[in-house]
Amino acid sequence: MSQENILTVENLVMHFGGIKALNDVTFNIKRGSVSALIGPNGAGKTTVFNCLTGFYKATGGHIMLSANSKDTSVIKVLGEPFKVTDFISPVAFYQRLKYKMFGGSHLVNRAGLSRTFQNIRLFKEMSVVENLLVAQHMRANRNLLAGIFNTSSYKRSEDEALERAFYWLGVVDLTEFANRLAGELSYGQQRRLEIARAMCTNPEIICLDEPAAGLNPSETEALTKMIRVLRDQHNTTVLLIEHDMGMVMDISDYIVVLDHGEVIAKGNPDDIKNNPKVIAAYLGAEEGEEVTL
Amino acid sequence: MDIVLQQLVNGLTLGSVYGLIAIGYTMVYGIIGMINFAHGDVYMVSAYLTAIAIALLTFFGVQSFPFILIGTLIFTIIVTGAYGWVIERVAYRPLRNSSRLSVLISAIGMSLILQNYVQLSQGPNQQGVPTLLSGAIRFHVGDGFVQITYMKILILLIAFAGMGVLTYIIQKTKLGRMCRATQQDRKMASILGIDTDKVISSVFVIGSSMAALAGVLVTLDYGSFDFYIGFIMGIKAFTAAVLGGIGSLPGAMLGGIILGLSESLFAGLISSDYKDVFSFSLLVLILIIRPSGLLGKPAVEKV
Amino acid sequence: MTQTDISYKKSGTDAIIAALMALVVFGPIMGIVLNGYQFKLSFDRVFVIVAIVFVGRFLMSTFFQTHRGKMMAFRYTNNNDGVTVLPPNHKSQMVWIIPLVMVIGLLVPFIASKYVLTIVILGLIYVLLGLGLNIVVGLAGLLDLGFVGFYAIGAYGLALGYNHLGLGFWSMLPIAAILAACAGAILGFPVLRMHGDYLAIVTLGFGEIIRLVLTNWQSFTHGPNGITAPAPTLFGLEFKRRSAHGETFHEFFNVPYDSAHKYMFVYLVLFVVVWAVLFIKHRLVKMPIGRAWEALREDEIACRSLGLNHVLVKLSAFMMGAAIAGIAGVFFATYQGFINPTSFTFFESALILAIVVLGGMGSTVGVVIAAFCLTVLPELLREVAQYRILLFGILMVVMMIWKPRGLVRVTRRGFARKEGVVK
Repeated sequence: MSQENILTVENLVMHFGGIKALNDVTFNIKRGSVSALIGPNGAGKTTVFNCLTGFYKATGGHIMLSANSKDTSVIKVLGEPFKVTDFISPVAFYQRLKYKMFGGSHLVNRAGLSRTFQNIRLFKEMSVVENLLVAQHMRANRNLLAGIFNTSSYKRSEDEALERAFYWLGVVDLTEFANRLAGELSYGQQRRLEIARAMCTNPEIICLDEPAAGLNPSETEALTKMIRVLRDQHNTTVLLIEHDMGMVMDISDYIVVLDHGEVIAKGNPDDIKNNPKVIAAYLGAEEGEEVTL
Repeated sequence: MDIVLQQLVNGLTLGSVYGLIAIGYTMVYGIIGMINFAHGDVYMVSAYLTAIAIALLTFFGVQSFPFILIGTLIFTIIVTGAYGWVIERVAYRPLRNSSRLSVLISAIGMSLILQNYVQLSQGPNQQGVPTLLSGAIRFHVGDGFVQITYMKILILLIAFAGMGVLTYIIQKTKLGRMCRATQQDRKMASILGIDTDKVISSVFVIGSSMAALAGVLVTLDYGSFDFYIGFIMGIKAFTAAVLGGIGSLPGAMLGGIILGLSESLFAGLISSDYKDVFSFSLLVLILIIRPSGLLGKPAVEKV
Repeated sequence: MTQTDISYKKSGTDAIIAALMALVVFGPIMGIVLNGYQFKLSFDRVFVIVAIVFVGRFLMSTFFQTHRGKMMAFRYTNNNDGVTVLPPNHKSQMVWIIPLVMVIGLLVPFIASKYVLTIVILGLIYVLLGLGLNIVVGLAGLLDLGFVGFYAIGAYGLALGYNHLGLGFWSMLPIAAILAACAGAILGFPVLRMHGDYLAIVTLGFGEIIRLVLTNWQSFTHGPNGITAPAPTLFGLEFKRRSAHGETFHEFFNVPYDSAHKYMFVYLVLFVVVWAVLFIKHRLVKMPIGRAWEALREDEIACRSLGLNHVLVKLSAFMMGAAIAGIAGVFFATYQGFINPTSFTFFESALILAIVVLGGMGSTVGVVIAAFCLTVLPELLREVAQYRILLFGILMVVMMIWKPRGLVRVTRRGFARKEGVVK
């Protein structure tokens, strides 16, 4: 298990039919950092996210998640096709079959990675607290009999879940809306609730897909603060896709720039700001031309 | 050997009928992503319409088979098309923005309405049409023979002609282009000035017309029908659509023929009591092994 | 735009188009009734229905041009039909009704006639089925159209277990539940990982297949002729006039034989089971698994991103529903004493679905009331029985357009922070 890097992406390739969405993407995310994935529209940022979080099964390459004190191969837990060697080794066969039958993106979350979505995906007809309680499903006491007979251990587990839910509501400043329907919240509140919900799964790394999209400047500032709180107080690594360059340059320790499905630059904000390739990709200028961000 | 050949012939005609009905499922699924449960019952309605048309035509003294056939086809296709239009307008259009579950339940409701309405109007008993075209070609194979009735040949010819016309409409005409555009991206199509509601309506009309074609052919060949035939036929045709890859037109036809052939062989060689069980097991099996079907593209989930 | 102009011309054209369509659609099927290879005309009813369509469309078109009509249309396109969250620690004012219903329910077998009792038992069986399907459709959002298949497994489980293995009512009650749940697992596991709509058609096929197998497997199930099912026993006492093995109920208690005793006993057992299921469902919706079902109905992708195994969570709802249907089947078989495959057609599934749709997705009280309405009323009003299926169909379409959540208002529990419970 790698101590330094929480996420290692090597030679990631993703094809949709004949379209090559990602071509040989390689980068590492350091533990405890705030990293950003940027690039022009259609560069493949969300595709990278969906591969990392297990919603797309990458066509090729490796994604290694080192969290919850173990290494998890994201592609493997989604269930790969059988190989000839599987039929010789029963252990490999069993593993493959297990992941084929019970594998999926939920295992990526259980391995310590959680995410939010570009177009918010809340449980709109459930209350705000319930949204957070669902996120704690894996930690709850799921014993049917305990729940039906309302045993003390079940009660304790439910109380803890509720306590944690209210803690996170406090962090994202939504305590007063606890018993409202999630769908009734304003856009900015829904974004914050989604982050709180992702944090309720107790991840070591959280992937935010355009968290500042549609927020006004003061909300964006609050979000920036919140991301710092996640990193500093909860030891959570943050990976985000964002178009708001001001915010990205402000909070990121490390930036990966994608264009046309390829990594064209990586480094700290200052490097990226002055990288001619990046400037060219954003402004469509010829390479070598002098443009400043 | 002769049994196998005979079943292959039967299977081919049965399969072309499945294909025709499967088109309705596959087109509707392609364009609005719902299973039109009432489609099997639209086929059932068309069987009744066929018998009514034949009864009317003979009442007015039309005797020659080609005229009866053409008259029946025109009448049945128009009225069944109207059914398709009305069903979409009444049960599905108001639900365009509702959850998938609502639309499915509405579709089931429509299916029940059609069945019970036909039962109440026409009575619960089996109905039939007289045999209008008899005779067959026989081939001697070994000790036995294979028999192909003229009716079966007619079914194959008309079914393939229908599929040909449909392919032409979808590939070459303006309506077809609008259908394909709407299937790709409904929102964008409507921004570009396509009246998507009209396109969806016309897809229902086309699908229903194809079911009507199947209804006429099967009724002429088989002779008898009741208000319950749409149910099993619907499941079979849906299986065909899934087998070929739902959303794909050539897939529906191919799936229909493969299903028809394998079902006939199963019925002829193993057990005819359980042939429906066989088709259904096939459906589950395809869904497990290859949910995108033979010609369908694997669906990419939008996250 | 406060002034609304009503264009009667528009209403008129709408109505004429609708009437013409109605004429094309209803004309042949309703107007020309097949009679052998001949036909009879009955255009009077076509005229009636076309007139109804004309007037109805005219009124509707006019109404939607008024201000109120536009408001209503707007509300429905927005489809926000008020789920409300109750304040924390909310206590319902209607709690007193539960003991009242319990007492009345317990008195029913001793005051009602045997005929009324049989109808109430049937109603309770459908309450059970409705509750089972409500978990699957209402909570988990999975459309199960083959629910009758699990019901049949329960009913035939009792009959076949009795005839082939000599098992009685009490041993088959849990076994049937387990059998039905296993069938649900085998059917559900491969299909539930797929897009939701496939489940509907696969279960539809499953229900039909079960019926076909029951009909065709003559040597095992006696096919269409049906098969007998045993009556329940009270600690070994049988509810028969005379028993081959040991004492009967009326001999033991030294009361005159009455065939209603069996129904009274079935009723009481069923009554207890229904309350148990009601209680379990009441608890389930508050438990993590119940929350997960509802979350999955709302957004499957979000659930997966939170670590929920969507297949297993759905499967648990599916199996739970199937098990309840299996139990209902055992009661049905023991109450009828004799079953055949005609009791397990698709219409039965449709009836159960109609109960859930009318009662409200996820609502318990609504389902109980709807189950009684839809099963008991047709028994009492025999004339409308033939229109039953038509009414169910219309009910489903209208409810989905008008009130997809059902007639009962959906409320959600409120939560309050409990200070100091956890450090």
